[in-house]
Amino acid sequence: MAGTATEDVKVLGLALSPFVIRVRIALRLKRVEYEFVEVRFAEPKSEILVKSNPVYKKIPVLLHRGKPICESTVIVQYIDEEWTDGSGSSSILPADPFDRAIARFWAVYIDDKLLALIWALRPEKEAAKVTELTRQFRKVLGLLEEAFPECGKGKGFFGGDAIGYLDIALGSCLGWIRALEKDKSVKILDAEELPRLAEWAERFMAEESVKGLVPEADEYPKLYAAAVASQ
Amino acid sequence: MARAAAEDVKVLGHLLSPFVIRVLIAFRLKRVEYELVDVRLAEPKSEILVKSNPVYKMIPVLLHRGKPICESAVIVQYIDEEWSDDGGSSSILPADPFDRAIARFWAVYIDDKLPYLIRALRWEKEAAKVTELVGQFRQVLGRLEQAFTECGKGKGFFGGDAVGYLDIALGSCLGWIMTLEKGKSVKLLDAEELPLLAGWAERFLAEESVKGLVPDADEHLKIYEVATARTSATPAA
Repeated sequence: MAGTATEDVKVLGLALSPFVIRVRIALRLKRVEYEFVEVRFAEPKSEILVKSNPVYKKIPVLLHRGKPICESTVIVQYIDEEWTDGSGSSSILPADPFDRAIARFWAVYIDDKLLALIWALRPEKEAAKVTELTRQFRKVLGLLEEAFPECGKGKGFFGGDAIGYLDIALGSCLGWIRALEKDKSVKILDAEELPRLAEWAERFMAEESVKGLVPEADEYPKLYAAAVASQ
Repeated sequence: MARAAAEDVKVLGHLLSPFVIRVLIAFRLKRVEYELVDVRLAEPKSEILVKSNPVYKMIPVLLHRGKPICESAVIVQYIDEEWSDDGGSSSILPADPFDRAIARFWAVYIDDKLPYLIRALRWEKEAAKVTELVGQFRQVLGRLEQAFTECGKGKGFFGGDAVGYLDIALGSCLGWIMTLEKGKSVKLLDAEELPLLAGWAERFLAEESVKGLVPDADEHLKIYEVATARTSATPAA
């Protein structure tokens, strides 16, 4: 389907947010042009953010023809359903209901465990706690390592031949994972312990639809400081 | 579509859990027979539970042809998609992508706020804290009251003419809401403050697909009082 005019589709967000990255990858996969609107997330929040997401005042928000949709997993599924080409070739969620359920389950798991660990590890300075959080992080990734063959059915991505819903849910976190590995001098996505995920991560980051959307590890400190700065 | 044989479809769980109730309502809407299997949640947990939901060891779990699916929102969407009749007449999620997004958003909101508030209020004994929690509860319901008209487009349910995804997400919590109102002598779903929701709740509980799945306040309260007493009687670890 031809890309819709840019004025139709806006994404409110910040480059460092995994949730925002998910939405941008999804729009790229569907070849939908959009306007990326950087907003103020720290108080005082941008008016457009507060107006379009009054319940949570969080990013991302997708504005399609002026109508807001919030929550990254809700937005990604909306993008998949709104810009469907009928043949299913650029489908983000798998075709089979059971495969869809498995992809959705693991995305729930990622949002439940992984994101919490990112936010906990980021400010942690005490060595023992950093070690413990890193251990928990690797355990969570370990479950995804085990799930990989079932989901991907032996292919290169969780979604099979092409990146899909679960690749996006996890891959959007890779920037933060690398940033934390660098900042805390720890190994989280250890290629020896998690070989399938390590290779998958390389393939994911090389994808056209992903390139440029996940900031480099050393950009995160600056991006984060800017995101939380008071006016 | 012909009903699936009962041996094909098992649900692990019990009727005290709103999350389990959601799955059962969804099956009723699709006219799919299932076997409800109660499991032990306290340690040691039932083996079938641990085996089929090793990640969380929680209910509900749907076992379809032996394959497990976990997380109530995931299960309900699976049921909607697996037993789809394409004509959409028994569709749980709305047809339009934007309406689906709105329904999903409010279901996320409900799961973000209500389970915590239900749990916190259930165990809270201090009057001031109960009042505070009741205030938060009513605020959450207040948002859903506001959302009702947009979602239902003036009809009787969040899903329009028929019970849908968001009706199930919220309606499954009504048993606990009524129990807490009675048990704590508070008003949560106040008909004066939340007239649309109050009307909706009555309609929801009267639905064929819901009858018998949401324990009424007295039954619920009995089970709840027994469970509460048992917990208070437990010696400190």
